[in-house]
Amino acid sequence: MIGTGKIKQYANVLDKPLGKGKQEVSLSAFAFLFSELVQYNQTQVDNISELETRLEDAGYAVGARVLELLCHRDKGNRRETRLLGILSFVHSTVWKVLFGKVADSLEKGTEHEDEYMISEKELLVNRFISIPKDMGTFHCGAFVAGIVKGVLENAGFPAVVTAHFVPVEGQQRPRTTILIKFAEEVLRREARLG
Amino acid sequence: MQNAELFTLTYGAIVRQLLTDLEEVEEVNKQLDQMGYNIGIRLIDEFLAKSNVSRCVDFKETAEMIAKVGFKMFLGVTASVMNWDADGTCCSIVLEDNPLVDFVELPDTCQGLYYCNILSGVIRGALEMVAMKTEVTWIRDMLRGDDAYELQVKLLKQVPEEYPYKDDE
Repeated sequence: MIGTGKIKQYANVLDKPLGKGKQEVSLSAFAFLFSELVQYNQTQVDNISELETRLEDAGYAVGARVLELLCHRDKGNRRETRLLGILSFVHSTVWKVLFGKVADSLEKGTEHEDEYMISEKELLVNRFISIPKDMGTFHCGAFVAGIVKGVLENAGFPAVVTAHFVPVEGQQRPRTTILIKFAEEVLRREARLG
Repeated sequence: MQNAELFTLTYGAIVRQLLTDLEEVEEVNKQLDQMGYNIGIRLIDEFLAKSNVSRCVDFKETAEMIAKVGFKMFLGVTASVMNWDADGTCCSIVLEDNPLVDFVELPDTCQGLYYCNILSGVIRGALEMVAMKTEVTWIRDMLRGDDAYELQVKLLKQVPEEYPYKDDE
């Protein structure tokens, strides 16, 4: 009997080829998985802010790895050193890879120098989620905020990242805004670089 | 259809959280199976709605459905069915490609972990909702050094559907 070819066994996972990243899964597979993540965390915490923190931590880990993967695969191991560079990297490349489209908009905050906002009409993770009234300001976008935080911090731009609902007139569902507040040292470095 | 990497990385984050919280590998295996079960009981509705298949005649057809249509619809990979036993109640579903385990390596401290245990829960939950009680176990696991992923699905019994209303009321 002709033997079927065996898949080459790699001794070390680091030797395996990375792949082009074109593999796809269904949206519902991800939605189910995300809902389980949220449900599991709900059993582990007592209040909303802890739940948001845990989702953010989960997202942070994803963000750190996405940065490594994308820098190696798409940018040829070059890393961004300027603020606007890393922000547009997050806004276009990261969003395109993870969610299939670039983010709706990137804005600079008007009140503070160190604030930037990425807006999205409907975050992929929130599509199948509804928040009960008694959960108040809870936002599952904390997961995405964690991803952004993971990417920024591991690229050398420490920041505080949060997700908020912003009601928009004329639209039933509020827009989601990811608010990024960079740390002092980032702004000082940016000023020095000119 | 969307990018598999977000899916893979999110699953990794879940497993990591479970390992940190529960610390015992066996507990994590059980929790993953439970999560899979919760997903499976809802996933079957979507599967039946989207795939428009008619009722399966026997367990053999069921297994083929899962491997060919189900896995393709949700994970974008095809599995194959083999190793049928004499009664036709036990078979193996073999996956060569598994989007859950891209970039993953099991460290020495977690050797007892069935990283993809969520899949066994999903299959068990989905089949239970269509009146089949099954037992799903891992036979081969690439993360543990085997050459493919093999799940053994064993039909324990068919549970006849019960009508919630009595006819004479």
